[in-house]
Amino acid sequence: MTAPDLHPHTDRPRPASVTPMSLQGGVPPAQRAWRLKSFARDRAALAAAIFLVVIAVAVVFAPVLSAYTPDEADNLARNAPMGTAGHLLGTDQQGRDMLARLLYGGRVSLIVGVVPTIVAGLIGLLLGVLAGFFRGLADQIIMRCLDVIFAFPMVLLAIAIAGAMRPGVLTEVIAITVVLIPYFARLARTATDGVMPMPFIEAARAAGGSSFTILTRYVLPNVFSPVVVYATTLMGLMIVVGSGLSFLGLGVQPPTADWGAMVADGRVVLRKAPHVTVLPGLLILVVSLAFNFIGDGIRDALDPRTIRR
Amino acid sequence: MSAAQIPSLVVENLTTRFGSDRDGATVVDGVSFVLTPGQTMALVGESGSGKSATALSLMRLIEPPGRIIAGRVLLDGRDLLTMPERGMEDVRGGQIGMVFQDPLTSLNPALTIGRQITETILAHRDITPAEAERQAIDLLVRVGVSDAARRIHDYPHHFSGGMRQRVLIASAISCAPAIIIADEPTTALDVTVQAKILRLLHDLQQEMHASMLLITHDLGVVAAMADTVMVMYAGRIVEQTDVDTLFHAPRHPYTKALLACVAGIEDDRSVPLQPISGMAPDLKDLPRGCRFAPRCPLVQDVCRTTDPALRAVSRSHSVACLLVQEETAVV
Repeated sequence: MTAPDLHPHTDRPRPASVTPMSLQGGVPPAQRAWRLKSFARDRAALAAAIFLVVIAVAVVFAPVLSAYTPDEADNLARNAPMGTAGHLLGTDQQGRDMLARLLYGGRVSLIVGVVPTIVAGLIGLLLGVLAGFFRGLADQIIMRCLDVIFAFPMVLLAIAIAGAMRPGVLTEVIAITVVLIPYFARLARTATDGVMPMPFIEAARAAGGSSFTILTRYVLPNVFSPVVVYATTLMGLMIVVGSGLSFLGLGVQPPTADWGAMVADGRVVLRKAPHVTVLPGLLILVVSLAFNFIGDGIRDALDPRTIRR
Repeated sequence: MSAAQIPSLVVENLTTRFGSDRDGATVVDGVSFVLTPGQTMALVGESGSGKSATALSLMRLIEPPGRIIAGRVLLDGRDLLTMPERGMEDVRGGQIGMVFQDPLTSLNPALTIGRQITETILAHRDITPAEAERQAIDLLVRVGVSDAARRIHDYPHHFSGGMRQRVLIASAISCAPAIIIADEPTTALDVTVQAKILRLLHDLQQEMHASMLLITHDLGVVAAMADTVMVMYAGRIVEQTDVDTLFHAPRHPYTKALLACVAGIEDDRSVPLQPISGMAPDLKDLPRGCRFAPRCPLVQDVCRTTDPALRAVSRSHSVACLLVQEETAVV
């Protein structure tokens, strides 16, 4: 960089860490790096992301991190408090190691929280954008069909769908995906409605843009970020909904448990051994919060207006 | 100006209607004109007179419930109104470049300006993205964006209104169009910036020997930029002539009234400006006879019953007024 490296708009010196994109080589990677940097500068989002990566790695390597299997009962040490020798986080009312159960249960909880939200987000985004872009008959067909799903209470419909299939993680994922699609589709549809009358759409047409170009380059990028942010706020909630399904016997079956089911199980011994309830509950809370922080960070990183330069 | 110029665009009887046959409004009503290379034609009129609808009709960008119900738009001998949509996409941005009114909202906020210009180039030219980016930088330099190589990576919100209009102009001329349509290109800009943008448009048009259709309601802009002028009122062309004649010997009462509304810097301040009385007619409920009759200071009985057609009063001057006779007569 040359010596008087001033910001082109504010005439203030550039932050030392920021190299102009044009000096970083090709455009797309530089732009991606730019967005990553913007995300990283958001401390809360960065901390949340690191936390979630740690949780994810721990859950994946559960057998390595825990000396016990989640179903292995130590009948001599029921409801052992945290810090007990051999059981770092104590045991539950059947003497099963809490650390092992939290790690293995996290596998289910994270899958149920993340996978349906992403799948439903993509499907809903596509449907909503198509409905808002083409309007007319396509709009009516897509949105009215989704209204049928939307008319049922979310959890009730998930129970109905899961109840019609064999219990298991896949069932949970499918049930939650289906009930979430209309939420995303409506959001995407509304956001598309806001973008379509913008003069830049007409300008793009006047510059010879085809419908496909306008859809992918002009509509989608402007609709994407609210959908992503909404998705991250739903992930925590879906962990809880998934737990509800398991609690009703429609999701994972005991003795396998996700965090929500652990909370439910622990309520019986809440006074005697509060850690059995509090630990998984705390994890649900913190993981949900982390997803929300990441959502904020992603929104800021995706919106060019909030890129701090 | 050579008299035997080959026209770049011929518009015949262009008619655009919004709404149904029974309950609707004909916003562009039988508009005909010819654009010549290297020449600027101004289209003036008040809000709602159909200026922008005319431009959008040329580009076939009228959205339902609007539709073009009659006319021909000939470009290189092909009628744009019957062309398949794919061919039209090549014309838009390729042979006809358009500059819009509001530079603040006419750029996609989610893409860098470099991407937006290269998108247009790549849609029309068979070149590599790297080459398109180089051309985009050249274009930005040409329209006066300093430090263009760096600034193509900036987003629209990093630019001021005037700079964004420069970017839009760069995009409009990126494929060296034969025709530039500028729809009130300076309306949203500061007065000081307006002059610079107009100068830029004029220079580029001369450089490329392109035709320009300049839509405006600002007669000052017309005087500065145009070679020929069309005055539009309630969807019709009411007077069409060269710019000198328009300002020095206007014939249509509406044109005269428009000119009387404009304050000149040397005008006698004690003489009040003359607003045009009344309102532009409702296009859904047009008066019988002349559309300007209800507001016309010279109105006669015949004006209320007979609809005047656009007639030539001299070789380069047409007027749609029953009271205007051939050149020698005085109104």
